[in-house]
Amino acid sequence: MLYRENGQFKTTYAADQQIFTITQDKWFVIAVIAFAFIGVPMIADEYMFRAILIPFLILALAALGVNLLVGYCGQITLGAGAFMAVGAYAAYNFQIRIDGMPLIAAVLLGGLTSAGIGIIFGIPSLRVRGLYLAVATLAAQFFCDWAFLRIQWFTNNSSSGSVSISNLQVFGWTIDAPVEKYLFCLVFIVLFALLAKNLTRATMGRQWMAIRDMDVAAEVIGIRPMYAKLSAFAVSSFFVGVAGALWGFVHLGSWEPAAFSVDRSFQLLFMVIIGGMGSIFGSFIGAAFIVILPIFLNQFLPALGSIVGVTISTAAVSHAELIIFGSLIVFFLIVEPHGLARLWAIAKEKLRLWPFPH
Amino acid sequence: MKLRALALAAAISAVGLTSATVSTSAVAQAKEQFFPVLVYRTGAYAANGNPWANGYVDYLKLVNAKGGINGVKLSFEECETAYATDRGVECYERLKGKGATVFQPLSTGVTFALTEKAPVDKIPLITAGYGRSESQDGSVFTWNFPLLGTYWVGADVAIQYIAKQAGGLDKLKGKKIALVYHDSPFGKEPIPALQERAKMHGFELQLLPVAHPGVEQKATWLQIRQSKPDNVLLWGWGVMNSTALKEAQATGYPREKMTGIWWAGAEPDVKDVGAGAKGYNALALQHSAEPNAKVVKDMLDMVHAKGQGTGPKEEVGSVLYMRGMLSAMLSVEGVRKAQERYGKGKVMTGEQTRWGLENLNLDQKTLDGMGFAGVMRPVQTSCLDHMGASWVRIQTWDGAKWVPANDWYQADEKLLRGMVMNASRKYAEEKKITPRTPEQCKL
Amino acid sequence: MGFFIETLIGGLMAGMLYSLVALGFVLIFKSSGVFNFAQGAMVLFAALAMARFSEWANAALGGDSLLLANVIAFFGAGLAMLFVAWAVERFVLRKLVNQEGATLLMATLGITYILEGVGQTLFGSEIYNIDVGMPKEPVMMFESMFEGGILINKEDFIAALIAAILVGLLTLFFQKTPVGRALRAVADDHQAAQSIGIPLNRIWVIVWLVAGIVALVAGIIWGSKLGVQFSLTTVALRALPVVILGGLTSVPGAIVGGLIIGVGEKLSEVYIGPMVGGGIEIWFAYVLALVFLLFRPQGLFGEKIINRV
Repeated sequence: MLYRENGQFKTTYAADQQIFTITQDKWFVIAVIAFAFIGVPMIADEYMFRAILIPFLILALAALGVNLLVGYCGQITLGAGAFMAVGAYAAYNFQIRIDGMPLIAAVLLGGLTSAGIGIIFGIPSLRVRGLYLAVATLAAQFFCDWAFLRIQWFTNNSSSGSVSISNLQVFGWTIDAPVEKYLFCLVFIVLFALLAKNLTRATMGRQWMAIRDMDVAAEVIGIRPMYAKLSAFAVSSFFVGVAGALWGFVHLGSWEPAAFSVDRSFQLLFMVIIGGMGSIFGSFIGAAFIVILPIFLNQFLPALGSIVGVTISTAAVSHAELIIFGSLIVFFLIVEPHGLARLWAIAKEKLRLWPFPH
Repeated sequence: MKLRALALAAAISAVGLTSATVSTSAVAQAKEQFFPVLVYRTGAYAANGNPWANGYVDYLKLVNAKGGINGVKLSFEECETAYATDRGVECYERLKGKGATVFQPLSTGVTFALTEKAPVDKIPLITAGYGRSESQDGSVFTWNFPLLGTYWVGADVAIQYIAKQAGGLDKLKGKKIALVYHDSPFGKEPIPALQERAKMHGFELQLLPVAHPGVEQKATWLQIRQSKPDNVLLWGWGVMNSTALKEAQATGYPREKMTGIWWAGAEPDVKDVGAGAKGYNALALQHSAEPNAKVVKDMLDMVHAKGQGTGPKEEVGSVLYMRGMLSAMLSVEGVRKAQERYGKGKVMTGEQTRWGLENLNLDQKTLDGMGFAGVMRPVQTSCLDHMGASWVRIQTWDGAKWVPANDWYQADEKLLRGMVMNASRKYAEEKKITPRTPEQCKL
Repeated sequence: MGFFIETLIGGLMAGMLYSLVALGFVLIFKSSGVFNFAQGAMVLFAALAMARFSEWANAALGGDSLLLANVIAFFGAGLAMLFVAWAVERFVLRKLVNQEGATLLMATLGITYILEGVGQTLFGSEIYNIDVGMPKEPVMMFESMFEGGILINKEDFIAALIAAILVGLLTLFFQKTPVGRALRAVADDHQAAQSIGIPLNRIWVIVWLVAGIVALVAGIIWGSKLGVQFSLTTVALRALPVVILGGLTSVPGAIVGGLIIGVGEKLSEVYIGPMVGGGIEIWFAYVLALVFLLFRPQGLFGEKIINRV
């Protein structure tokens, strides 16, 4: 009843090509964004910001980048962590080596560097496909892990190989309170999500999807696979690199290559597949699921134990956490192999008829 | 069907979330000194993380059994970090809100991340035997306490020990020493100190990194076999140590020529190598395995005998268990000292505890009274020196247990002080911190 | 020269161990099209089961016969792997038939978490020992021919031998037994195999069991070498370049790939490593595999993929 597009007529092409053609959708998204900007800062506490919301936003951005490559262009990657690392370290170097480098410029330049590296490691995709490619992208992961540990220049000759950054400033505004960090990340996410949405609706995105669905056929109708694949790698790495820079600068403040290890790559791929391949919205749900679930289990299980009157040891909790996390992943893959975003779509479908299903 | 499953999942998680928040708010009570415990009981480093965590928690229980700190009972909560930086940060944020007294992350990576956060939240960070070496300088690193020793101390003593075996520091000239290290900030910390010594005494330093988690070392040991270094320093953690010893055995490198850092000198590192590791030496962060110490007996009587022990009984008194106990003891004593100034029998804040840690003065009599006779030597910290002591012993694995030697070594204060000051000044400059002056220290 | 040969031999033996893990990947991929990331976790699980069963059996037998305890433990661990195979088929694979490769890959990552959690809950997370009487001390050979001789690690040598025997047995099993023939039929074409009456579900259980047994043998060898602990799961990451180099569907590919990767990474670490600061072997293996892939995108022995529109 509430969610019905009856009577919403489009009279111009421009109106028909809006991002959200259904009014309810538009208002819903605007409401969510407004809530994120105004509501959340009022109700969330420091723990929520620092431990949940900021990591969630940054990883959602990274997952969005991975989704562009995996979900829209069909190139599976297990090297996303490496591109986060490239973004973080490049941004770090821009920030400390150039005097007066604005923070936002450093972050974006970090993303651009990551895009460049992404193109280089994307070259094998022209020859190799599918799971072979997935494993080949691990080469990027391990190479970058090594490079940032071994090449001292990248870490400004820090003896321990760990770098840190502080005094984040944008136009004289010092970002140090959790809520400021949150808002700073949120601005990035919203803008990048909009960018991603528009990219996927434009020529570039359509080319990616053509390549994904059948690359030989796409080639026949005149899409250059090299251009399409490499542009997907570049754009994806750009997103992931910006996320990496934010992860280092805003979330951790001080980091080492282990912060962007192969586990991070797996985690990002999880977000995309659980959330829904080829869905912007899915990247967000996926990120929420993967970030919040372990933390939630970690706190919920002892709480549950204390209700029942059993003290569960930390080891048992963390093992149970692994088991439940694994089981839920398998469960969701079985229930909805197309990701949580698909469930959302089904829900909308039902909502359209509700409360009169016939 | 699918929707129903989803709705069910959502309902369950909603219930869970509420109950979780309710229970956490119930924990936060006054009149108890809250100690957050960051542990790793799962994952690649669990075998080493477990005994440390058990020792830490058991000591807190022991203090409670003895009546708390001047009557203030201790409460604690564990949080699993799995040795990962981001999970460590999450744990920190979670436990911080419950009035944390002091954090001990037991991971160099997490330490680096928390070093940025601790000054903001005003919670001291104890890193007994690890962490940033330059954080010894309390005028810049106000909230870091690398008590008992840093990696630069370890590196320095290791070289002194090797020199002593060779017959004097001048005998090191022309020798070759290989450093087999965990390829992470932890493993890289000693390199500047070793390079400094190499320049001074004219020995050659060969650097051999081993990638996390350190199960693949064949190539490393082939290189050692080729270059035939006179000594090997082992800077590993977790499975890397036992693998290194096994590879040394497989390539026939004499174990007597190997010296490990104190994190490579515990039972899990050598247990499954057994006789194959016989003769291997490791630094001891003052204490070795101390099954006969009085505090261990107390622990068995007052905690384990009542069935409140965290881990198995056999583990009490083992090297890492002792390290956990010592670490907990240092936090507790920091609070006790703080109470002297801010009121006995009161719950101390992080800031007050910091003062206590900075003015820690554990002389031999106090230590003996607490049952640490023969386990450790006095510790005295100050505003400028957050380390407090740099005593190190050498222990040797005899095939079945660790045997500490009787000589005590001390790091070369003059040499290290300069390095610490240089590094901490550089840090202060980067972070735009004004170092505290001696006057400010008195406040 | 002596040192070169020594490195070469070391590489070959390491490679043999990699191929053992790689075999597990290949078996499962060949018959069910699942890229099984859980292979590493299976190695850990099997090794943990073996180590603890052996410990318990030894205690129950009063410590008289280590051999008997080990035999009991081997069968116990085998049973555990049978259970794993059954559970994976029943609760995961059967429900995910005809899904995309990426989805199946993620499902096996989920299985990885479950196995890691269950394994550590049941068997503990300390370091355990598997003592199957492997000799630990090295022997020197050809001391007259090269200066310093060539050091051969007996343990590695025996391990390589066991791996070779296992490969031989698997080949026989695939070529000569009815079950093996059924497995090959399923690998060629699921539907055709089903239409002539081969029960897919049972075949999958068998394949996962065989992969489980391979994981068990790998776990025993690695475990006796390194100690049984959590990091065994990471051997899967070491074996991945082997699989893609050899081709996902080829048993001989896993062996040859293993040898190439083993030799390549050890030689690179020893000869190129010192020039760039060391620690290069892990990415070098991947880059090596990648270079091969650029010339043969389906791996050395993989089946040629023909694209039709």
